[in-house]
Amino acid sequence: MYKIIKAEFIAPNVKSFILEAPHIAKKRQAGQFIILRVHDKGERIPITIADSNTEEGWINIIVQGLGKTSAHLNTLETGDYLQDLVGPLGLPTHIENWGTLVCMSGGVGTAEALPIAAAGKAAGNRVISIIGARNKDLIIAEDQMAEVVDEVRISTDDGSAGRHGLVTDVLQDLMDEGITPDMIVAIGPLPMMAAVSNQTKEIGIPTMVSLNAIMVDGTGMCGACRATVGGKTVFVCVDGPEFDGHQVDFKELGSRQRMYKKQEEESHKCFLERQMKKMKAEQMKVEVTS
Amino acid sequence: MKRERPESFNTVPMKERMIIPRQDMPEQDALLRSTNFLEVNLGLTPEQAVFEAQRCIECKSPTCMDGCPVSIKIPDFIQLICNEDFVGAAKKIKEDNSLPAICGRVCPQETQCEEVCVMGKRFEPVAIGRLERFVADYAMQHGNGSMETFDKPTSSGQKVAIVGSGPAGLAVASDLIKEGHEITVFEALHEFGGVLVYGIPEFRLPKSILRKEVASLEDMGVKFVKNFIVGRTMTIQELMADEGYDAVFLGLGAGLPRFMNIPGENLNGVYSANEFLTRSNLMRGYEFPEWDTPLYRAKHAIIVGGGNTAMDAVRTAKRLGADEASIVYRRSEEEMPARNEEIHHAKEEGVEFMNLVNPIEFISDDQGSVVAAKCLRMELGEPDESGRRRPVPMEGSEFVMDVDMVVIAVGNGSNPLISQTTPEIETNKWGNIVADEDGRTSMDGVFAGGDIVSGGATVILAMGAGRKSAIAINEYLKAKVGSLA
Repeated sequence: MYKIIKAEFIAPNVKSFILEAPHIAKKRQAGQFIILRVHDKGERIPITIADSNTEEGWINIIVQGLGKTSAHLNTLETGDYLQDLVGPLGLPTHIENWGTLVCMSGGVGTAEALPIAAAGKAAGNRVISIIGARNKDLIIAEDQMAEVVDEVRISTDDGSAGRHGLVTDVLQDLMDEGITPDMIVAIGPLPMMAAVSNQTKEIGIPTMVSLNAIMVDGTGMCGACRATVGGKTVFVCVDGPEFDGHQVDFKELGSRQRMYKKQEEESHKCFLERQMKKMKAEQMKVEVTS
Repeated sequence: MKRERPESFNTVPMKERMIIPRQDMPEQDALLRSTNFLEVNLGLTPEQAVFEAQRCIECKSPTCMDGCPVSIKIPDFIQLICNEDFVGAAKKIKEDNSLPAICGRVCPQETQCEEVCVMGKRFEPVAIGRLERFVADYAMQHGNGSMETFDKPTSSGQKVAIVGSGPAGLAVASDLIKEGHEITVFEALHEFGGVLVYGIPEFRLPKSILRKEVASLEDMGVKFVKNFIVGRTMTIQELMADEGYDAVFLGLGAGLPRFMNIPGENLNGVYSANEFLTRSNLMRGYEFPEWDTPLYRAKHAIIVGGGNTAMDAVRTAKRLGADEASIVYRRSEEEMPARNEEIHHAKEEGVEFMNLVNPIEFISDDQGSVVAAKCLRMELGEPDESGRRRPVPMEGSEFVMDVDMVVIAVGNGSNPLISQTTPEIETNKWGNIVADEDGRTSMDGVFAGGDIVSGGATVILAMGAGRKSAIAINEYLKAKVGSLA
């Protein structure tokens, strides 16, 4: 069992977990991920490591409650335990001094972009962060990002913070101001990474994306996470998770991510029903005892 | 090597032994079992086991032992069965094989011990595999806890790390713990057993059997660590330099599924056999949504390949409710690498065999899911380098069939994880670790065996490789102490 040292919501439906994991904390590098199971009948899900501390022996992950497993995970509190935790997995991000590095992130992707931005800065880059979200409540890790990069720019779909629009609009603004990035890292939902890759392909800026594929073992054994990059099949878990965005077949990956949509909905519904029953039972208990 | 013949307890006169029919193992009814995941074979009864053991004609120089990759003392344990000492028979097997309940189930005895059984020349061979299975199960039920009888050896003060808890790793652990070394088995997944837990289905090898075998090793003092990926969580160098391990055994398995490189292979509904079986076996996808991991339940599934893994996958698809579950194999049944028993069981359960057929493309609907397979019919030409006749496409034979799930079971390559993180260990052009016949790799103190060295093979061959390595590791450790003294 793996202890949750601290769990707290940092945005609606988005929870930050500090997990006891001394071995993983010691080895992990920017861009790597872990696989966890919440309970003994649980599925294995991959989550990117946002932060870690070698001395204190912990890692940090940020979880958005989207499906059954992530929703269940987000019900866990400080002091609870995870069933299984393994890592670090995947190849670390390749970092060099490109010149100007722009980190574009959406949703919880910002937490995952943070270590890459920090490593980019440490390597001598001028780093600009572009954070996108649907609205201002869903922006996470803005302050931490501001601490490590040269400049943070925000965009929201509804205009409640920063520029009204998408991260691709902000990139266009930068270009219009005469800032030409030498390297772009895009981390977030698939449509966002696809849109960024499309945009930068046209203007010829190298772009790295971090792919979130469905996985089972995470060590190359099963091939669930395969994607097409440059016309070749890759395994995201051992060949990635980071790839040249201009080469990725986003349409195929998008459809592979929806492979179990029906089953996931069924599973999520079962979970919510069970949660409701549990809540009702607890309510009854409270009524009886009071 | 001449060996003493075991004491005979067989009271049946020699001529009568040949009249006793080979004992059939009771099994679940085919129609019933194709709808559940319970074990197919039910095991011999004690009476049957004694009858079967009495069929042994006690050869002066028994050939059966030569057929066994780990040289189990087959004549000895058969005599103990004749004497109805079933626990004693199991202990006798355990002297050479730490996992008899598993090997009794999954070994291809028909090409090993039973193939060379002298009885088989004129009659049917003694059912050695069924006897092994019987005594192992009997001892688990009737023996008290761990059936190991060895006295705890004095500690050597030396530590061995075993990477991977599959058949090779478990064999090494079992041999080296008896030598007084401190043994730790590191496993990447959340359950122990490697391919025995993720690859072989419940209906062929119940997980409860595997857990008991692992527990018996734990009782002997072997430490097991799950969720630990050597190469990532800690490197081999760190294990040796920082954690004080004196030797390392790599039994990683052949963990990288091969695909066919044809169009449509990444469509939804197209699985590698590893993924399909892992979702079903390790993750209990067949119990979704009680268990969280989803798995396709197909109407018409095809499984591409003709090995044991293909048989496991097709029988799993059938049990998940497929109306039609078919094997698609590019050669004929004669060339199939799967065990006869598996092919026979699959047929009984209603699996269809489409031999001399090869898919060339998978076709999708507008959602990216597979709905059809385009195939060619094949004929057999001249023998290829494997000695089997090469399948050649027949001109104008292209046809399309409706399928809603495809499982690719055409073998495994080698996992790149260790070569990525430990370039000092030499690998060949297929990515397999290069090791001599005792398992020594190019890195001092590091040994390897099983599928990661040989490429995809069988459980018992992996165990055999593990046992050879165990001897070499023990010698290495002794020499190490000697050189320090």
